[in-house]
Amino acid sequence: MTRDGSIARMLVVGIGNPDRGDDGIGPLIVRRLLGLVSPDVAIIERTGDALALIDDWAGRDAVILVDAAVSGATPGSVHRIDLLRDALPPELSLSSTHAFGVAQSVGLAGALGLLPAHVIAFAIEGANFDPGAPISPGVAAAADEAVTRIAAELQRLEGEAASHA
Amino acid sequence: MATKTIRVDYIARVEGEGALELHIKDGRATSAKLAIFEPPRLFEALLRGRGFAEAPDITARICGICPVAYQMSSVHAMEQALGVTVDGQLRALRRLLYCGEWIESHALHVVMLHAPDFLGFQDGIQMAAKHGDAVRGGLALKKAGNELMRVLGGREIHPVNVRVGGFYRVPRRAEFAPITEQLKRARELAVATVRWVAAFPFPNYQRDYEFVSLRHPDEYPINEGRIVSNRGLDITVDEYDSEFEERHVAHSTALQSVLKRRGSYLVGPLARYNLNFDRLPADVQDMARESGLAPVCRNPFQSIIVRALELVYACDEALRIIAAYEPPDAPSVPLEPRAGIGHGCTEAPRGILYHRYEIDDKGAIVTARISAPTSQNQLSIEEDLCEVANQSSDLSDDALRDRCEQTIRNYDPCISCSCHFLKLAVHRE
Repeated sequence: MTRDGSIARMLVVGIGNPDRGDDGIGPLIVRRLLGLVSPDVAIIERTGDALALIDDWAGRDAVILVDAAVSGATPGSVHRIDLLRDALPPELSLSSTHAFGVAQSVGLAGALGLLPAHVIAFAIEGANFDPGAPISPGVAAAADEAVTRIAAELQRLEGEAASHA
Repeated sequence: MATKTIRVDYIARVEGEGALELHIKDGRATSAKLAIFEPPRLFEALLRGRGFAEAPDITARICGICPVAYQMSSVHAMEQALGVTVDGQLRALRRLLYCGEWIESHALHVVMLHAPDFLGFQDGIQMAAKHGDAVRGGLALKKAGNELMRVLGGREIHPVNVRVGGFYRVPRRAEFAPITEQLKRARELAVATVRWVAAFPFPNYQRDYEFVSLRHPDEYPINEGRIVSNRGLDITVDEYDSEFEERHVAHSTALQSVLKRRGSYLVGPLARYNLNFDRLPADVQDMARESGLAPVCRNPFQSIIVRALELVYACDEALRIIAAYEPPDAPSVPLEPRAGIGHGCTEAPRGILYHRYEIDDKGAIVTARISAPTSQNQLSIEEDLCEVANQSSDLSDDALRDRCEQTIRNYDPCISCSCHFLKLAVHRE
């Protein structure tokens, strides 16, 4: 919700389980965005039911997903993926143990006509997903870069929305 | 001599990893093997030495789709071992949490995983373009189930609020207000889902199964009851081992459960419905009849209608429990460790889930045994596959492969739970 009670046009979703090591990097990053971004940007955390995301992003213009990933890249690498333009590389499947992942949710939202104009994922390469483990130092160190890039992305999207208004 | 093999290397739209291999000789299926290759997870061994209170949270991790089932079977077993009974509002809250899991699990399976089989779509995403209302309804139903889990269990997946003896925290009445409106809407969507699936084309297939489910004196079974069948089985949960045994088969990391004297049996929504039709409210019974179901249904493909009916029931039951809710004085009953043996059996969305624990005088687990519904249904699935293949000899290999996958999904199998499970290969000779 925004200050006037309407649905915020932009949404940032931190996805992951803080009790599973580097899987918690998404929630950690979105918490750091609180206070740094315009109050008109909604920030939420989710633990991994990708189907529920469709409902979260209904009525939004732009959605940014922040999640952990395992692609074989150096831990702490920050991948930016435009989910409406780029096919999600198979080796970069956003971590989910359930039947529906983020890519399928984007497909389903598209089929249902519920897809925002922009859906961008920032995926941070993780290394250790052990239960109860802290976030690895090399992955935590990537948070600064991710926060800066997401804030810039939001500014770009806000600017784009303003120029179309 | 005509022989052929039909193989599905990785069965989609089920929870977990498994495969199917079907051998056909001169038009007759000679064997069907449901190969479960997901690695065994050894939960029963890792529970040994852990405290009795840890069982609900450890066993919940066996499955992301039915964690409440694991929590409920384990708490019932531990409470029996400790000589404690949980009743009143705490018992009602457990049933409410289980309604949340039934709604979440059934909505996902009926709409997103099984319906595409009947309508000829590759998956739920392709189906959504033509059946948008049904898919949106399914997602909203699932969300209502999720929300019930969150309000009562602390979070949607792997709830953290269940303990032996009750809950860590019980909700205030006001906390149920938003979910009440959501459940009323979910109930309407569930009724629409019943009508939608009832109109699907169903293969003309029936088999004379032994159905096994819980049966309770007053309620449609969820958490409690005797274990009964349509062939005279009628035992307490404690007597499970006298009637059932698990066998290892070479092609599966899941043990196969059989009735000692009779072999395969079927658990899940179809069994619950057939053995407990009289425990359903009159309006749900009427909905079943309007959907073309008799009080006993032996066509496993129509289990999708039964799941949809159970969605309606679970919404009704959740609303009933919330309306009657008064917060109990304490969130749990006191427990004292003591040596003992306890058995628990509850109705997971896909059928009965049995737990047995032996604990020592300090409350540490000495032995643990868990028999998951998909383990129990495995042999029945294989027998269905042979029969379905025999009745579908006119189908092409591709069409037969699709029909076999649909047959497997009739069971909403949870391979992750059973592995102790799916690829399809058909060998034609």
